[in-house]
Amino acid sequence: MKHIKLFNKIKLVAIFMVAVFLNACNTDETQVVAELTNLVKQDEFNIDGAPDSSLWTYDLGNGTDQGLEPGWGNNELQFYTDRPENIKVENGLLVITAREEALNGANYTSARLTSQGLFDQQYGRFEARIRLPLGKGIWPAFWLLGNDCNENPWPQCGEIDIMEYLGDAPTVILGSAHGPGYNAGDAISKEYEIENDRFDTGFHVFGIEWGPDYINYYVDGDLYQSITPETLAEEVVLDGDPVNAGEWVFNRPFYMIINMAVGGNLPGSPNAQTEFPQRMYIDYVRVYN
Amino acid sequence: MRKMKNKRFITYRKALVFGLIITLTLGCERDFTDDVKVATFGTEGDIFTDSPIGMGEDFYFPYGDSNFEAASFDGTEVFEGNTSIEVNVPNADNPNGAYAGAILRIDGAGRDLSGFDALTFYAKASQGVTLDAIGFGEDFGENKYQATVTDISLGTGWAKYIIPIPDPSKLIQERGMLRYATGTQNTGGFGYTFWIDEIRFEKLGTLAQPRPRILNGSTITENVFLGSTIQITGLTYTANLPSGNNLTVAAAPSYYNFESSDTTVATVSELGVITVLGEGTTTVTATMGNEEAEGTLILTSVGAFPSAPIPTRDAANVVSLFSDAYSNVPVRHYNGFFLPFQTTEGGAGSDPNNVDLQVPLTDGSFDNIINYTSLNFVSFGMYETVSLVDVSAMTHIHIDINVRESIESSDFIRLSLESGTGVGAITSGDFVLNSSTLSNVDENGWTSVDIPLSSFFGFSDPANLGQLFFISDATISNIWVDNVYFYNE
Repeated sequence: MKHIKLFNKIKLVAIFMVAVFLNACNTDETQVVAELTNLVKQDEFNIDGAPDSSLWTYDLGNGTDQGLEPGWGNNELQFYTDRPENIKVENGLLVITAREEALNGANYTSARLTSQGLFDQQYGRFEARIRLPLGKGIWPAFWLLGNDCNENPWPQCGEIDIMEYLGDAPTVILGSAHGPGYNAGDAISKEYEIENDRFDTGFHVFGIEWGPDYINYYVDGDLYQSITPETLAEEVVLDGDPVNAGEWVFNRPFYMIINMAVGGNLPGSPNAQTEFPQRMYIDYVRVYN
Repeated sequence: MRKMKNKRFITYRKALVFGLIITLTLGCERDFTDDVKVATFGTEGDIFTDSPIGMGEDFYFPYGDSNFEAASFDGTEVFEGNTSIEVNVPNADNPNGAYAGAILRIDGAGRDLSGFDALTFYAKASQGVTLDAIGFGEDFGENKYQATVTDISLGTGWAKYIIPIPDPSKLIQERGMLRYATGTQNTGGFGYTFWIDEIRFEKLGTLAQPRPRILNGSTITENVFLGSTIQITGLTYTANLPSGNNLTVAAAPSYYNFESSDTTVATVSELGVITVLGEGTTTVTATMGNEEAEGTLILTSVGAFPSAPIPTRDAANVVSLFSDAYSNVPVRHYNGFFLPFQTTEGGAGSDPNNVDLQVPLTDGSFDNIINYTSLNFVSFGMYETVSLVDVSAMTHIHIDINVRESIESSDFIRLSLESGTGVGAITSGDFVLNSSTLSNVDENGWTSVDIPLSSFFGFSDPANLGQLFFISDATISNIWVDNVYFYNE
């Protein structure tokens, strides 16, 4: 445990060991760490075919059915489908495939899986083991949305991005939180750059542990960001006088989304080097409390 | 985070050492003898940090025609530490060598680089510039594992550069640590300076999408003749860098494992040279490590090369311009590439043993053949740099032509002899080979003509032959030419 004091950074693995063998020593460290091990929901993607319909459903189309501008509010270029060409479970993995093909006015197809209405949870540990794709314009993510977005439109309902990745930066992922006064380009966000490795050549675990007043972000057991109400107070943007600016909106159940967008404001469009199809492989999704 | 990671790696290393000890101990118990020894070479990765690392005494070898003074190993512009390699690229008009280029070769046995995946270094230049070539694997010996990146963009600030190793497992004893060559083509002939620092082989772990290619990734179908040899070209290796960008390295043949689907038709050597041995079709592919190379060569061997009839006339009665059967008089050219009207390709140079086609014959000799393409007109030139040719004692000219396309009735090749070229009075005379003459061929497709010089009406000074023209006015565009000689009957 000296390492925590020394480096003010912790190894999740090390903490698990402590939790198991020393029976959860509650530390007085400044950071709250991942210590939730009670598995309440999991999908190991072990049954070939369509994803488990008791846990997952789809967001389809280009966003207009959901009341958004075409492109899901981000000028994304893909049309989401639930076809096996775009999403299926195979060989123990969930495979989301982005393709370059004309469909319903779009030039790319892909998929967006969501547990909306089927599973949501307030607080806990959400993690997934994923091998990411490659290429400019490819924008996969594993993220959470508050389950009240219909009543309290985004960003008031809150968004927790466990992992966002841009296909032209294969060693970097982003963890972010969006809410009133801190969203879109002003979201609370941090990059994690992996050393001596990259995210498109093997599987990595992306997770958060989320409690009443913190969201901790980790990759493979490296905790790299802790967002707290104090973080919001420091980083909230008050331009335009947003309603409830800086409010901690992460006190209600959130549901999960896994998707792979193509193009859009953040990644930019695919270029000549981008190869299609691109595939995102998810080994498992696990939720603890 | 960095420190934590290092700590974990150290732990792993300890575990490895421990495992090794156990293995070795077991090995002793099993009575391995001293004969079981695998030669291994140093695994040092560093090449230059503040001085050359483990390179030995004599490691710097500039290219023979480069500027020998270009590089110094005490550059004061540094990325880290206190010294870099400074290279002063000379101006294009520098009499002591117009470009900078050298290899850094270990003065000793070489290194085992198989544990690394890239050559890396930091570099910057005195101005934004595109460096011509930089790489490794050149040892002025076989250069078996040469790998080079061309057109590297250097800015005025330090940046890290990565050159992926095509297949590190091949580099178990490599001496060629660095090679570079750059001139001033991109800077209007004016020199510049660049610095390189912290040069080393590294295990990055951040390279992906390995993609070897042969023939630049294309599929090529070709008809070939028995006995011919073909060098496989377009050998590249592309990897995706941690920046997300692809980088392509030109790779030496020995990084690949070549395969011919039918080795009775053709075999491929380790150096990528195909030898055609028998009739039939074979598909040549390659792998690099576990990766299949993009690119395929489909070869159909159509049998023995259809050589022209072998001349039988006594050399004493012959003046030859182009034939393997005789010694040829020196020529200025087999294609003058006369601008702006000439379109003809082929016949470059003046060496009769190094023209377009060189076919190995079964007796070990070669059949050299000129292949003119895009023909409108072309000449053999015997003037200016060589003596005019005296054919006054000769009565005929012999030429073998093989038209490599279908012949229309209006097609022709007009032969023209010219005397006095470049020295004053010119005389010339023509003789036309019409379509029926050109269609009268032997079983290999050759038209053999023997024309009395008297038929070249107007060519009146045979003691001073300067040029022989082949003129088709583009009615025929692709021909082979062999055995062009004058003789006395």
